[in-house]
Amino acid sequence: MAAQTVLNYLPRKSVVHELTGTTKLAFFLLFTFAGMITYDTWVLLGLMLVSFAAFKMSNIKIKEVSFILIFMVVFLLLNNFFIFLFNPDQGTEIYGTRHVLFHLFWRYDVTAEQLFYMLNISMKYFVALPVAILFIAATNPSEFAASLHSIGVSYKIGYSVSIALRYIPDIQRDFHNISQAQQARGVELGKKEKLISRLKNSVNILLPLILSSLQRIDIIANAMSLRCFGKDPKKRTWYTKRPFGRNDYVALGIGVALLVASIVITFWDGNRYYNPFV
Amino acid sequence: MKNSSIKTVVAIGIGAALFFVLGRFVAIPSPIPNTNFCLQYAILGLLAAMFGPIAGGLIGLIGHTLIDLSWGGAPWWSWVIASAFVGVVVGLIAKKCKIAEGNFGKKEIVTFIIANIVANVLAWLVVAPVLDILIYAEPANKVFAQGGMAALSNSVTSVVVGTLLALAYTKTIAKQGSLDAE
Repeated sequence: MAAQTVLNYLPRKSVVHELTGTTKLAFFLLFTFAGMITYDTWVLLGLMLVSFAAFKMSNIKIKEVSFILIFMVVFLLLNNFFIFLFNPDQGTEIYGTRHVLFHLFWRYDVTAEQLFYMLNISMKYFVALPVAILFIAATNPSEFAASLHSIGVSYKIGYSVSIALRYIPDIQRDFHNISQAQQARGVELGKKEKLISRLKNSVNILLPLILSSLQRIDIIANAMSLRCFGKDPKKRTWYTKRPFGRNDYVALGIGVALLVASIVITFWDGNRYYNPFV
Repeated sequence: MKNSSIKTVVAIGIGAALFFVLGRFVAIPSPIPNTNFCLQYAILGLLAAMFGPIAGGLIGLIGHTLIDLSWGGAPWWSWVIASAFVGVVVGLIAKKCKIAEGNFGKKEIVTFIIANIVANVLAWLVVAPVLDILIYAEPANKVFAQGGMAALSNSVTSVVVGTLLALAYTKTIAKQGSLDAE
């Protein structure tokens, strides 16, 4: 089943893989935040270079993540299409000028500003994409809870996340079994059924799933309380936690520097956008 | 109940896993092309109403973040936050509707439905589009159109599916005081 293709960890020997999970999580957050706030084309270009360099260092091949890449490109094209459909003058509103390249029909003019704006939006995707892929593919899932705890999140939330990651395949299997069993009994979710009965039928599948999940919650909670989970409100040690090495400090330093640089350069002139049109 | 904080931790984990599985692999086609009913919001509403606002918010946050990560991009934070918002708002009624104790009469049903509609409309018609504009500078009419569609389909899903689920679930529980002395 599809379980293996989701959130899959690709173990490898590389600089990126040897960084601690904490570093990767912190770097991922710093980096996506830097990419999120800026709209300055030069900053985006710089971030994109760093992002591609990090991907190169990880020894993960593009072939291994091609599914994600294709999906993102399709999503990107669709999103750009809708932006143009809904507002062909968003670029003009942002950059203040209007250079019409050619006219399509009705209110749709292709302007240089719009194309530049959509280029920036697309760059924002490509800034985040390699780092996000690395974050998923190069982080050992069992290290994830420890990383969350060490960047300051309460360990209970860290535990929730690792429970979620641990039980996704189980719940997926449960769901699959239940839905096959119900389909064998004639419960249909596809287009053949009327809308309301489609929703009603989904209850037939969801109810057993909910019941088994609630039972599971009870069992796990009891097992955890038997082992005195949560007795110490603050501290917890983790088996998978590793000490920081030299590279971790370097990576964190780069992450912080990039975020600061991105904020400073972007808001230097009081404008979030780089404007080549004036 | 001494056990309740552990139970919340586990409920968040399992809830997020459910949210993920339903959001990632299950699609029920709706009459509008290329849009699907998102069953995960029915589950989110139900679990939030059972375990409270903190659990609801975190189920939405973690579940949605995992879905976005699994599609391979950086999480689309504005919509992730909107999902968390739905969980928090529906979770606020947890003290009123004691679903886990089998108490889901007419009054509770109405509260549950209203909470779900309010949560989904606010989240998808206000929170998500406004954050989209602030963070991603997308065209206003595009994000409000997307938000409107999401508000409509998610409200319908969580009201119809969520209520039916809650009703069916509470029927399986023996109510407090259901035994008579003879």
